[in-house]
Amino acid sequence: MLYHRLPAIGIFVGGLIVWEGVVRAFDIKGFILPAPTAIAATFSAETADLLTAGAGTFSTALAGLLLGGALAVLMALAAARWRFVRDGALPFAIAANSTPIIVLAPIANSWFGLRSPFASIFVVAILVFFPVMINLVRGLLSVEASEVELMESYAAGRLTTLWKLQLPNATPYLFSALKVAAALSLIGAIVKEFFGGSQDRLGQYITTKAGLLQFEEAWAAIVLASIFGIVLYNVVVLIERRVIPWHVSVRNV
Amino acid sequence: MSALSLSGVGKVFNPGSDQEVRAVHGIDLEVGRGEFVSVIGPSGCGKSTLLRLIGDLTPPSAGTVSVNGKTPARARLDRDYGMVFQSATLLDWRKVAANVELPLEIMGMGEAERSRQAAAMLDLVQLGRFAGHYPWQLSGGMQQRVAIARALAFKPSILLMDEPFGALDEMTRERMQAELLRIRAETGTTVVFVTHSIPEAVFLSTRVVIMSSRPGTITEVVDIDLPEPRSYETREDRRFFDLLTKVREGLRAVEAS
Ligand SMILES: Nc1ncnc2c1ncn2[C@@H]1O[C@H](COP(=O)(O)OP(=O)(O)O)[C@@H](O)[C@H]1O
Ligand SMILES: [Mg+2]
Repeated sequence: MLYHRLPAIGIFVGGLIVWEGVVRAFDIKGFILPAPTAIAATFSAETADLLTAGAGTFSTALAGLLLGGALAVLMALAAARWRFVRDGALPFAIAANSTPIIVLAPIANSWFGLRSPFASIFVVAILVFFPVMINLVRGLLSVEASEVELMESYAAGRLTTLWKLQLPNATPYLFSALKVAAALSLIGAIVKEFFGGSQDRLGQYITTKAGLLQFEEAWAAIVLASIFGIVLYNVVVLIERRVIPWHVSVRNV
Repeated sequence: MSALSLSGVGKVFNPGSDQEVRAVHGIDLEVGRGEFVSVIGPSGCGKSTLLRLIGDLTPPSAGTVSVNGKTPARARLDRDYGMVFQSATLLDWRKVAANVELPLEIMGMGEAERSRQAAAMLDLVQLGRFAGHYPWQLSGGMQQRVAIARALAFKPSILLMDEPFGALDEMTRERMQAELLRIRAETGTTVVFVTHSIPEAVFLSTRVVIMSSRPGTITEVVDIDLPEPRSYETREDRRFFDLLTKVREGLRAVEAS
Protein backbone atom coordinates (compact mmCIF):
# COMPACT_ATOMS: atom_id res chain seq x y z
CA MET A 1 0.00 0.00 0.00
CA LEU A 2 2.66 2.49 1.11
CA TYR A 3 4.79 1.40 -1.84
CA HIS A 4 2.10 2.57 -4.27
CA ARG A 5 1.88 5.91 -2.51
CA LEU A 6 5.61 6.66 -2.73
CA PRO A 7 5.52 8.26 -6.21
CA ALA A 8 2.73 10.63 -5.17
CA ILE A 9 4.51 11.52 -1.93
CA GLY A 10 7.70 12.10 -3.91
CA ILE A 11 5.99 14.46 -6.34
CA PHE A 12 4.33 16.33 -3.47
CA VAL A 13 7.54 16.84 -1.49
CA GLY A 14 9.56 17.52 -4.64
CA GLY A 15 6.96 20.08 -5.77
CA LEU A 16 7.20 21.92 -2.44
CA ILE A 17 11.00 21.98 -2.62
CA VAL A 18 10.98 23.30 -6.20
CA TRP A 19 8.37 25.93 -5.26
CA GLU A 20 10.44 27.05 -2.27
CA GLY A 21 13.64 27.06 -4.35
CA VAL A 22 12.11 29.06 -7.21
CA VAL A 23 10.64 31.67 -4.87
CA ARG A 24 14.02 32.11 -3.15
CA ALA A 25 16.22 31.95 -6.25
CA PHE A 26 14.22 34.54 -8.21
CA ASP A 27 13.26 36.52 -5.14
CA ILE A 28 9.57 36.34 -6.03
CA LYS A 29 7.51 38.79 -4.03
CA GLY A 30 4.98 37.46 -1.52
CA PHE A 31 2.03 39.13 -3.29
CA ILE A 32 2.78 37.10 -6.41
CA LEU A 33 3.59 33.76 -4.82
CA PRO A 34 4.60 33.26 -1.18
CA ALA A 35 7.04 30.44 -0.33
CA PRO A 36 5.63 27.27 1.30
CA THR A 37 7.60 28.00 4.47
CA ALA A 38 6.08 31.49 4.66
CA ILE A 39 2.59 30.04 4.22
CA ALA A 40 3.30 27.43 6.89
CA ALA A 41 4.55 30.08 9.31
CA THR A 42 1.42 32.17 8.72
CA PHE A 43 -0.70 29.08 9.16
CA SER A 44 0.65 28.42 12.63
CA ALA A 45 0.47 32.10 13.62
CA GLU A 46 -3.15 32.42 12.43
CA THR A 47 -4.36 28.96 13.39
CA ALA A 48 -7.18 30.14 15.65
CA ASP A 49 -8.70 32.59 13.12
CA LEU A 50 -8.26 30.16 10.25
CA LEU A 51 -9.91 27.29 12.08
CA THR A 52 -12.86 29.45 13.14
CA ALA A 53 -13.36 30.59 9.55
CA GLY A 54 -12.78 27.07 8.24
CA ALA A 55 -15.21 25.48 10.68
CA GLY A 56 -17.93 27.96 9.69
CA THR A 57 -17.44 27.40 5.97
CA PHE A 58 -17.02 23.66 6.28
CA SER A 59 -20.16 23.20 8.35
CA THR A 60 -22.34 25.18 5.92
CA ALA A 61 -20.83 23.23 3.01
CA LEU A 62 -21.58 19.97 4.81
CA ALA A 63 -25.12 21.06 5.71
CA GLY A 64 -25.76 22.07 2.09
CA LEU A 65 -24.30 18.80 0.82
CA LEU A 66 -26.52 16.74 3.12
CA LEU A 67 -29.64 18.77 2.38
CA GLY A 68 -29.09 18.90 -1.39
CA GLY A 69 -28.11 15.23 -1.45
CA ALA A 70 -31.16 14.13 0.54
CA LEU A 71 -33.55 16.14 -1.65
CA ALA A 72 -31.84 14.76 -4.77
CA VAL A 73 -32.33 11.18 -3.52
CA LEU A 74 -36.05 11.76 -2.86
CA MET A 75 -36.52 13.41 -6.23
CA ALA A 76 -34.61 10.66 -8.03
CA LEU A 77 -36.71 7.96 -6.36
CA ALA A 78 -39.88 9.75 -7.42
CA ALA A 79 -38.54 10.15 -10.95
CA ALA A 80 -37.65 6.47 -11.15
CA ARG A 81 -41.02 5.41 -9.80
CA TRP A 82 -43.32 7.68 -11.81
CA ARG A 83 -42.77 8.24 -15.46
CA PHE A 84 -44.54 11.61 -15.51
CA VAL A 85 -42.20 12.94 -12.81
CA ARG A 86 -39.26 11.77 -14.90
CA ASP A 87 -40.62 13.25 -18.14
CA GLY A 88 -41.49 16.50 -16.39
CA ALA A 89 -38.43 17.04 -14.24
CA LEU A 90 -35.47 15.46 -16.01
CA PRO A 91 -35.14 17.85 -18.99
CA PHE A 92 -35.03 20.79 -16.58
CA ALA A 93 -32.58 19.03 -14.28
CA ILE A 94 -30.25 18.31 -17.20
CA ALA A 95 -30.59 21.91 -18.41
CA ALA A 96 -29.93 23.27 -14.89
CA ASN A 97 -26.96 20.96 -14.52
CA SER A 98 -25.28 22.54 -17.53
CA THR A 99 -25.73 26.12 -16.32
CA PRO A 100 -23.30 27.80 -13.88
CA ILE A 101 -25.64 27.65 -10.88
CA ILE A 102 -23.06 29.36 -8.70
CA VAL A 103 -24.14 32.69 -10.25
CA LEU A 104 -27.12 32.44 -7.91
CA ALA A 105 -24.81 33.31 -5.00
CA PRO A 106 -25.39 37.10 -4.95
CA ILE A 107 -29.12 36.53 -5.36
CA ALA A 108 -29.16 34.07 -2.46
CA ASN A 109 -27.56 36.80 -0.36
CA SER A 110 -30.42 39.15 -1.13
CA TRP A 111 -33.03 36.46 -0.49
CA PHE A 112 -31.75 35.20 2.83
CA GLY A 113 -29.71 38.16 4.06
CA LEU A 114 -25.94 38.53 3.93
CA ARG A 115 -25.27 36.98 7.31
CA SER A 116 -27.74 34.13 7.19
CA PRO A 117 -26.07 30.71 6.99
CA PHE A 118 -29.11 29.65 4.93
CA ALA A 119 -27.85 31.66 1.97
CA SER A 120 -24.75 29.44 1.86
CA ILE A 121 -26.67 26.25 2.55
CA PHE A 122 -29.13 27.13 -0.21
CA VAL A 123 -26.41 27.77 -2.79
CA VAL A 124 -24.55 24.56 -1.90
CA ALA A 125 -27.71 22.46 -1.79
CA ILE A 126 -28.87 23.61 -5.21
CA LEU A 127 -25.37 23.13 -6.61
CA VAL A 128 -25.11 19.48 -5.51
CA PHE A 129 -28.79 18.66 -6.12
CA PHE A 130 -28.68 18.33 -9.89
CA PRO A 131 -25.62 16.13 -10.45
CA VAL A 132 -26.66 13.79 -7.62
CA MET A 133 -30.23 13.53 -8.84
CA ILE A 134 -29.34 13.00 -12.49
CA ASN A 135 -26.75 10.33 -11.72
CA LEU A 136 -29.02 8.53 -9.31
CA VAL A 137 -31.90 8.46 -11.80
CA ARG A 138 -29.50 7.05 -14.37
CA GLY A 139 -28.43 4.34 -11.91
CA LEU A 140 -32.00 3.51 -10.93
CA LEU A 141 -33.04 3.10 -14.54
CA SER A 142 -29.99 1.30 -15.92
CA VAL A 143 -31.00 -2.15 -14.74
CA GLU A 144 -30.82 -5.04 -17.18
CA ALA A 145 -34.09 -6.11 -18.78
CA SER A 146 -33.33 -9.68 -17.68
CA GLU A 147 -33.01 -8.54 -14.04
CA VAL A 148 -36.38 -6.80 -14.25
CA GLU A 149 -37.91 -9.97 -15.71
CA LEU A 150 -36.38 -12.00 -12.90
CA MET A 151 -38.18 -9.77 -10.40
CA GLU A 152 -41.38 -10.08 -12.45
CA SER A 153 -41.10 -13.84 -12.39
CA TYR A 154 -41.17 -13.62 -8.58
CA ALA A 155 -44.27 -11.42 -8.84
CA ALA A 156 -42.33 -8.67 -7.04
CA GLY A 157 -44.17 -5.33 -6.74
CA ARG A 158 -42.86 -2.00 -7.99
CA LEU A 159 -41.59 -0.96 -4.57
CA THR A 160 -39.86 -4.29 -3.98
CA THR A 161 -38.15 -3.99 -7.36
CA LEU A 162 -37.10 -0.43 -6.55
CA TRP A 163 -35.76 -1.45 -3.15
CA LYS A 164 -34.09 -4.75 -3.96
CA LEU A 165 -32.94 -4.18 -7.54
CA GLN A 166 -32.87 -0.57 -8.67
CA LEU A 167 -31.54 1.08 -5.52
CA PRO A 168 -28.57 -1.30 -4.99
CA ASN A 169 -27.85 -1.03 -8.71
CA ALA A 170 -27.75 2.76 -8.36
CA THR A 171 -25.46 3.03 -5.31
CA PRO A 172 -22.23 3.13 -7.36
CA TYR A 173 -23.75 5.95 -9.42
CA LEU A 174 -24.74 7.71 -6.21
CA PHE A 175 -21.22 7.52 -4.84
CA SER A 176 -19.54 8.79 -7.97
CA ALA A 177 -21.97 11.72 -7.90
CA LEU A 178 -21.28 12.32 -4.20
CA LYS A 179 -17.54 12.51 -4.84
CA VAL A 180 -18.15 15.28 -7.35
CA ALA A 181 -20.68 16.88 -5.02
CA ALA A 182 -18.21 16.90 -2.10
CA ALA A 183 -15.87 19.15 -4.07
CA LEU A 184 -18.78 21.22 -5.42
CA SER A 185 -20.06 21.85 -1.90
CA LEU A 186 -16.84 23.57 -0.80
CA ILE A 187 -16.60 25.52 -4.06
CA GLY A 188 -20.19 26.64 -3.60
CA ALA A 189 -19.75 27.65 0.02
CA ILE A 190 -16.52 29.63 -0.56
CA VAL A 191 -17.56 31.34 -3.77
CA LYS A 192 -20.84 32.34 -2.14
CA GLU A 193 -18.77 33.91 0.67
CA PHE A 194 -16.73 35.88 -1.87
CA PHE A 195 -19.96 37.79 -2.54
CA GLY A 196 -20.30 38.79 1.06
CA GLY A 197 -21.44 37.34 4.33
CA SER A 198 -20.14 36.74 7.79
CA GLN A 199 -16.51 37.86 8.32
CA ASP A 200 -15.39 34.68 10.01
CA ARG A 201 -15.77 32.51 6.92
CA LEU A 202 -13.05 31.33 4.55
CA GLY A 203 -14.41 33.16 1.49
CA GLN A 204 -14.53 36.49 3.30
CA TYR A 205 -11.19 35.79 4.99
CA ILE A 206 -9.54 35.24 1.61
CA THR A 207 -11.03 38.33 -0.08
CA THR A 208 -10.31 40.55 2.94
CA LYS A 209 -6.69 39.40 3.34
CA ALA A 210 -6.07 39.64 -0.40
CA GLY A 211 -7.54 43.15 -0.34
CA LEU A 212 -5.06 44.05 2.42
CA LEU A 213 -2.23 42.52 0.35
CA GLN A 214 -1.70 39.91 3.11
CA PHE A 215 -1.18 37.09 0.64
CA GLU A 216 0.43 34.65 3.06
CA GLU A 217 -2.84 34.70 5.03
CA ALA A 218 -4.90 34.29 1.89
CA TRP A 219 -2.76 31.33 0.82
CA ALA A 220 -2.98 29.75 4.26
CA ALA A 221 -6.79 29.89 3.93
CA ILE A 222 -6.59 28.35 0.43
CA VAL A 223 -4.48 25.51 1.82
CA LEU A 224 -7.01 24.95 4.60
CA ALA A 225 -9.88 24.88 2.09
CA SER A 226 -7.94 22.30 0.04
CA ILE A 227 -7.40 20.14 3.10
CA PHE A 228 -11.13 20.26 3.88
CA GLY A 229 -11.89 19.28 0.29
CA ILE A 230 -9.51 16.34 0.36
CA VAL A 231 -10.79 15.14 3.75
CA LEU A 232 -14.43 15.35 2.65
CA TYR A 233 -13.67 13.46 -0.56
CA ASN A 234 -11.89 10.71 1.33
CA VAL A 235 -14.72 10.37 3.83
CA VAL A 236 -17.04 9.71 0.88
CA VAL A 237 -14.54 7.16 -0.49
CA LEU A 238 -14.34 5.39 2.89
CA ILE A 239 -18.12 5.17 3.16
CA GLU A 240 -18.25 3.93 -0.45
CA ARG A 241 -15.84 1.09 0.36
CA ARG A 242 -18.03 0.00 3.23
CA VAL A 243 -21.33 0.27 1.37
CA ILE A 244 -20.42 -1.25 -2.01
CA PRO A 245 -17.54 -3.69 -1.43
CA TRP A 246 -18.95 -5.75 -4.32
CA HIS A 247 -18.49 -3.07 -6.99
CA VAL A 248 -15.73 -3.25 -9.63
CA SER A 249 -14.37 0.11 -8.57
CA VAL A 250 -13.85 -1.11 -5.00
CA ARG A 251 -13.32 -4.88 -4.99
CA ASN A 252 -9.86 -6.24 -4.26
CA VAL A 253 -9.05 -8.70 -7.02
CA MET B 1 -54.90 -31.92 -15.34
CA SER B 2 -51.72 -31.23 -17.26
CA ALA B 3 -49.08 -28.87 -15.99
CA LEU B 4 -49.10 -26.86 -19.20
CA SER B 5 -51.63 -26.63 -21.95
CA LEU B 6 -51.16 -24.39 -24.98
CA SER B 7 -53.70 -24.18 -27.77
CA GLY B 8 -53.41 -22.10 -30.91
CA VAL B 9 -50.84 -19.85 -29.26
CA GLY B 10 -49.32 -17.14 -31.45
CA LYS B 11 -47.25 -14.04 -30.90
CA VAL B 12 -46.82 -11.11 -33.25
CA PHE B 13 -44.40 -8.36 -32.24
CA ASN B 14 -45.07 -4.79 -33.36
CA PRO B 15 -48.28 -5.74 -35.21
CA GLY B 16 -49.25 -3.49 -38.09
CA SER B 17 -45.89 -1.73 -38.26
CA ASP B 18 -43.16 -2.32 -40.82
CA GLN B 19 -41.25 -4.12 -38.06
CA GLU B 20 -43.98 -6.70 -37.59
CA VAL B 21 -42.55 -10.11 -36.60
CA ARG B 22 -44.65 -13.24 -36.41
CA ALA B 23 -42.49 -14.88 -33.76
CA VAL B 24 -44.60 -17.97 -33.01
CA HIS B 25 -47.76 -19.27 -34.59
CA GLY B 26 -50.38 -21.94 -33.93
CA ILE B 27 -48.64 -23.69 -31.05
CA ASP B 28 -50.53 -26.64 -29.52
CA LEU B 29 -48.74 -28.41 -26.70
CA GLU B 30 -49.67 -30.41 -23.61
CA VAL B 31 -47.05 -31.01 -20.93
CA GLY B 32 -47.87 -33.45 -18.13
CA ARG B 33 -46.81 -33.12 -14.49
CA GLY B 34 -43.19 -34.05 -13.96
CA GLU B 35 -42.44 -34.18 -17.68
CA PHE B 36 -39.16 -32.86 -19.08
CA VAL B 37 -39.83 -31.25 -22.45
CA SER B 38 -37.04 -29.78 -24.53
CA VAL B 39 -37.65 -27.25 -27.29
CA ILE B 40 -35.14 -27.24 -30.11
CA GLY B 41 -34.99 -25.36 -33.41
CA PRO B 42 -32.97 -22.93 -35.51
CA SER B 43 -32.09 -19.65 -33.84
CA GLY B 44 -34.79 -17.02 -34.15
CA CYS B 45 -37.55 -19.64 -34.45
CA GLY B 46 -39.31 -18.36 -31.33
CA LYS B 47 -38.08 -20.70 -28.57
CA SER B 48 -37.44 -17.90 -26.10
CA THR B 49 -40.69 -16.24 -27.06
CA LEU B 50 -42.55 -19.49 -26.39
CA LEU B 51 -40.96 -19.73 -22.95
CA ARG B 52 -41.78 -16.11 -22.19
CA LEU B 53 -45.39 -16.67 -23.25
CA ILE B 54 -45.66 -19.58 -20.83
CA GLY B 55 -43.97 -17.55 -18.08
CA ASP B 56 -46.25 -14.51 -18.53
CA LEU B 57 -43.34 -12.23 -19.40
CA THR B 58 -45.12 -11.33 -22.63
CA PRO B 59 -48.83 -11.71 -23.53
CA PRO B 60 -49.93 -13.94 -26.45
CA SER B 61 -51.49 -12.34 -29.54
CA ALA B 62 -53.61 -15.43 -30.15
CA GLY B 63 -54.66 -18.64 -28.44
CA THR B 64 -54.64 -19.60 -24.78
CA VAL B 65 -52.03 -20.77 -22.33
CA SER B 66 -53.07 -22.57 -19.19
CA VAL B 67 -50.72 -23.44 -16.35
CA ASN B 68 -51.89 -25.90 -13.69
CA GLY B 69 -55.40 -25.00 -14.89
CA LYS B 70 -54.81 -21.26 -14.35
CA THR B 71 -53.92 -18.28 -16.51
CA PRO B 72 -50.15 -17.61 -16.78
CA ALA B 73 -50.66 -14.32 -14.92
CA ARG B 74 -52.33 -16.13 -12.00
CA ALA B 75 -49.61 -18.80 -12.06
CA ARG B 76 -46.91 -16.14 -11.91
CA LEU B 77 -48.58 -14.43 -8.97
CA ASP B 78 -48.86 -17.86 -7.31
CA ARG B 79 -45.12 -18.30 -7.86
CA ASP B 80 -45.54 -21.44 -9.93
CA TYR B 81 -42.52 -20.61 -12.12
CA GLY B 82 -38.84 -20.90 -11.55
CA MET B 83 -36.92 -19.32 -14.42
CA VAL B 84 -33.34 -19.76 -15.52
CA PHE B 85 -32.05 -17.62 -18.34
CA GLN B 86 -29.07 -18.02 -20.64
CA SER B 87 -27.02 -15.73 -18.40
CA ALA B 88 -27.09 -16.37 -14.66
CA THR B 89 -28.52 -12.90 -13.87
CA LEU B 90 -27.19 -12.91 -10.32
CA LEU B 91 -27.30 -9.62 -8.45
CA ASP B 92 -23.73 -8.33 -8.07
CA TRP B 93 -24.28 -6.86 -4.62
CA ARG B 94 -25.59 -10.04 -3.07
CA LYS B 95 -23.39 -12.86 -1.96
CA VAL B 96 -24.22 -16.30 -3.31
CA ALA B 97 -26.48 -17.30 -0.40
CA ALA B 98 -28.28 -13.94 -0.50
CA ASN B 99 -28.88 -14.38 -4.22
CA VAL B 100 -30.55 -17.72 -3.58
CA GLU B 101 -32.58 -16.11 -0.79
CA LEU B 102 -33.85 -13.30 -3.05
CA PRO B 103 -37.11 -14.98 -4.16
CA LEU B 104 -37.72 -16.25 -0.62
CA GLU B 105 -37.28 -12.73 0.74
CA ILE B 106 -39.73 -11.35 -1.81
CA MET B 107 -42.20 -14.07 -0.86
CA GLY B 108 -41.95 -13.03 2.76
CA MET B 109 -40.28 -16.11 4.25
CA GLY B 110 -38.72 -15.60 7.69
CA GLU B 111 -34.98 -15.08 7.97
CA ALA B 112 -34.05 -18.33 9.69
CA GLU B 113 -36.08 -20.49 7.35
CA ARG B 114 -34.75 -18.55 4.38
CA SER B 115 -31.12 -19.17 5.19
CA ARG B 116 -31.80 -22.83 5.95
CA GLN B 117 -33.54 -23.22 2.58
CA ALA B 118 -30.76 -21.38 0.72
CA ALA B 119 -28.13 -23.58 2.35
CA ALA B 120 -30.04 -26.71 1.35
CA MET B 121 -30.35 -25.52 -2.27
CA LEU B 122 -26.66 -24.63 -2.47
CA ASP B 123 -25.83 -28.11 -1.22
CA LEU B 124 -28.07 -29.51 -3.95
CA VAL B 125 -25.96 -27.81 -6.63
CA GLN B 126 -22.80 -28.60 -4.64
CA LEU B 127 -21.87 -25.00 -3.91
CA GLY B 128 -22.34 -24.97 -0.13
CA ARG B 129 -18.76 -23.84 0.38
CA PHE B 130 -19.30 -20.75 -1.74
CA ALA B 131 -22.29 -19.30 0.13
CA GLY B 132 -20.25 -16.32 1.30
CA HIS B 133 -18.68 -15.48 -2.06
CA TYR B 134 -19.72 -12.71 -4.41
CA PRO B 135 -20.93 -13.80 -7.89
CA TRP B 136 -17.86 -12.32 -9.62
CA GLN B 137 -15.65 -14.66 -7.58
CA LEU B 138 -17.31 -17.67 -9.26
CA SER B 139 -16.79 -19.21 -12.69
CA GLY B 140 -19.56 -19.04 -15.29
CA GLY B 141 -20.62 -22.61 -14.60
CA MET B 142 -20.80 -22.02 -10.86
CA GLN B 143 -22.84 -18.85 -11.39
CA GLN B 144 -25.29 -20.82 -13.51
CA ARG B 145 -25.62 -23.42 -10.74
CA VAL B 146 -26.40 -20.61 -8.29
CA ALA B 147 -29.11 -19.43 -10.70
CA ILE B 148 -30.55 -22.95 -10.73
CA ALA B 149 -30.44 -23.14 -6.92
CA ARG B 150 -32.24 -19.80 -6.81
CA ALA B 151 -34.92 -20.99 -9.23
CA LEU B 152 -35.50 -24.13 -7.19
CA ALA B 153 -35.39 -22.42 -3.79
CA PHE B 154 -39.10 -21.70 -3.57
CA LYS B 155 -40.04 -25.11 -4.97
CA PRO B 156 -41.81 -23.91 -8.13
CA SER B 157 -43.98 -26.51 -9.81
CA ILE B 158 -42.63 -25.58 -13.26
CA LEU B 159 -39.06 -24.80 -14.23
CA LEU B 160 -38.58 -22.74 -17.40
CA MET B 161 -35.01 -22.83 -18.67
CA ASP B 162 -33.73 -20.89 -21.69
CA GLU B 163 -30.42 -22.32 -22.95
CA PRO B 164 -29.14 -22.42 -19.37
CA PHE B 165 -25.97 -24.33 -20.23
CA GLY B 166 -25.29 -22.55 -23.52
CA ALA B 167 -22.25 -20.69 -22.24
CA LEU B 168 -20.60 -23.70 -20.57
CA ASP B 169 -17.82 -25.96 -21.79
CA GLU B 170 -18.68 -29.55 -22.72
CA MET B 171 -17.45 -31.16 -19.48
CA THR B 172 -19.22 -28.72 -17.17
CA ARG B 173 -22.27 -29.01 -19.35
CA GLU B 174 -22.52 -32.79 -18.97
CA ARG B 175 -22.05 -32.52 -15.22
CA MET B 176 -24.76 -29.87 -15.00
CA GLN B 177 -27.11 -32.04 -17.06
CA ALA B 178 -26.60 -34.91 -14.63
CA GLU B 179 -27.20 -32.58 -11.69
CA LEU B 180 -30.35 -31.21 -13.26
CA LEU B 181 -31.74 -34.73 -13.73
CA ARG B 182 -30.87 -35.64 -10.16
CA ILE B 183 -32.54 -32.49 -8.82
CA ARG B 184 -35.61 -33.12 -10.93
CA ALA B 185 -35.82 -36.69 -9.65
CA GLU B 186 -35.68 -35.35 -6.10
CA THR B 187 -38.22 -32.56 -6.59
CA GLY B 188 -40.58 -33.88 -9.27
CA THR B 189 -40.56 -30.50 -11.02
CA THR B 190 -41.99 -30.13 -14.53
CA VAL B 191 -39.33 -28.71 -16.86
CA VAL B 192 -39.53 -26.86 -20.17
CA PHE B 193 -36.00 -26.58 -21.49
CA VAL B 194 -34.83 -24.59 -24.51
CA THR B 195 -31.59 -25.73 -26.12
CA HIS B 196 -29.92 -25.96 -29.48
CA SER B 197 -27.89 -29.01 -28.61
CA ILE B 198 -29.38 -32.25 -29.94
CA PRO B 199 -27.55 -34.59 -27.50
CA GLU B 200 -28.56 -32.37 -24.59
CA ALA B 201 -32.22 -32.43 -25.64
CA VAL B 202 -32.26 -36.20 -26.10
CA PHE B 203 -30.32 -36.99 -22.93
CA LEU B 204 -32.49 -34.86 -20.64
CA SER B 205 -35.99 -35.10 -22.00
CA THR B 206 -39.07 -37.23 -21.93
CA ARG B 207 -40.12 -35.45 -25.15
CA VAL B 208 -38.33 -33.21 -27.66
CA VAL B 209 -40.31 -30.52 -29.46
CA ILE B 210 -38.84 -29.48 -32.82
CA MET B 211 -39.69 -26.00 -34.10
CA SER B 212 -39.30 -24.36 -37.49
CA SER B 213 -38.94 -20.65 -38.12
CA ARG B 214 -40.94 -18.04 -39.95
CA PRO B 215 -43.39 -18.45 -38.46
CA GLY B 216 -42.15 -20.35 -35.42
CA THR B 217 -44.25 -23.42 -35.12
CA ILE B 218 -44.00 -27.03 -33.91
CA THR B 219 -43.17 -29.42 -36.73
CA GLU B 220 -42.53 -32.63 -34.82
CA VAL B 221 -42.59 -34.04 -31.31
CA VAL B 222 -40.19 -36.91 -30.58
CA ASP B 223 -40.89 -39.20 -27.62
CA ILE B 224 -37.67 -40.08 -25.81
CA ASP B 225 -38.16 -43.61 -24.54
CA LEU B 226 -34.75 -44.04 -22.95
CA PRO B 227 -34.54 -46.01 -19.71
CA GLU B 228 -34.66 -44.10 -16.43
CA PRO B 229 -32.66 -43.00 -14.57
CA ARG B 230 -30.44 -41.53 -17.28
CA SER B 231 -26.78 -42.01 -16.62
CA TYR B 232 -23.38 -42.09 -18.21
CA GLU B 233 -24.35 -45.33 -19.97
CA THR B 234 -27.40 -43.68 -21.52
CA ARG B 235 -25.11 -41.74 -23.85
CA GLU B 236 -23.71 -45.01 -25.15
CA ASP B 237 -27.06 -46.74 -25.58
CA ARG B 238 -27.98 -47.67 -29.17
CA ARG B 239 -31.39 -46.17 -28.67
CA PHE B 240 -29.73 -42.85 -27.72
CA PHE B 241 -28.00 -42.71 -31.10
CA ASP B 242 -31.19 -43.63 -32.94
CA LEU B 243 -33.01 -40.79 -31.19
CA LEU B 244 -30.18 -38.36 -31.97
CA THR B 245 -30.58 -39.26 -35.61
CA LYS B 246 -34.33 -38.89 -35.44
CA VAL B 247 -34.13 -35.39 -33.93
CA ARG B 248 -31.34 -34.41 -36.31
CA GLU B 249 -33.44 -35.44 -39.29
CA GLY B 250 -36.41 -33.57 -37.91
CA LEU B 251 -34.26 -30.47 -37.65
CA ARG B 252 -32.78 -30.95 -41.10
CA ALA B 253 -36.25 -31.13 -42.58
CA VAL B 254 -37.02 -27.84 -40.85
CA GLU B 255 -33.91 -26.08 -42.06
CA ALA B 256 -34.33 -27.33 -45.63
CA SER B 257 -37.86 -25.95 -45.87
N1 LIG C 1 -39.34 -8.02 -27.90
C1 LIG C 1 -39.29 -8.30 -29.21
N2 LIG C 1 -39.66 -7.37 -30.12
C2 LIG C 1 -39.62 -7.63 -31.43
N3 LIG C 1 -39.26 -8.81 -31.97
C3 LIG C 1 -38.88 -9.78 -31.13
C4 LIG C 1 -38.87 -9.58 -29.70
N4 LIG C 1 -38.45 -10.73 -29.12
C5 LIG C 1 -38.21 -11.59 -30.12
N5 LIG C 1 -38.46 -11.04 -31.33
C6 LIG C 1 -38.34 -11.70 -32.65
O1 LIG C 1 -39.06 -12.89 -32.59
C7 LIG C 1 -38.36 -13.92 -33.26
C8 LIG C 1 -38.14 -15.10 -32.32
O2 LIG C 1 -37.21 -14.70 -31.31
P1 LIG C 1 -36.76 -15.66 -30.14
O3 LIG C 1 -37.97 -16.17 -29.46
O4 LIG C 1 -35.81 -14.90 -29.30
O5 LIG C 1 -36.03 -16.82 -30.92
P2 LIG C 1 -35.07 -17.98 -30.38
O6 LIG C 1 -35.07 -17.93 -28.88
O7 LIG C 1 -35.65 -19.23 -30.92
O8 LIG C 1 -33.72 -17.72 -30.95
C9 LIG C 1 -37.09 -13.32 -33.79
O9 LIG C 1 -37.29 -13.00 -35.15
C10 LIG C 1 -36.91 -12.10 -32.95
O10 LIG C 1 -36.24 -11.10 -33.68
MG1 LIG D 1 -33.51 -17.57 -27.52
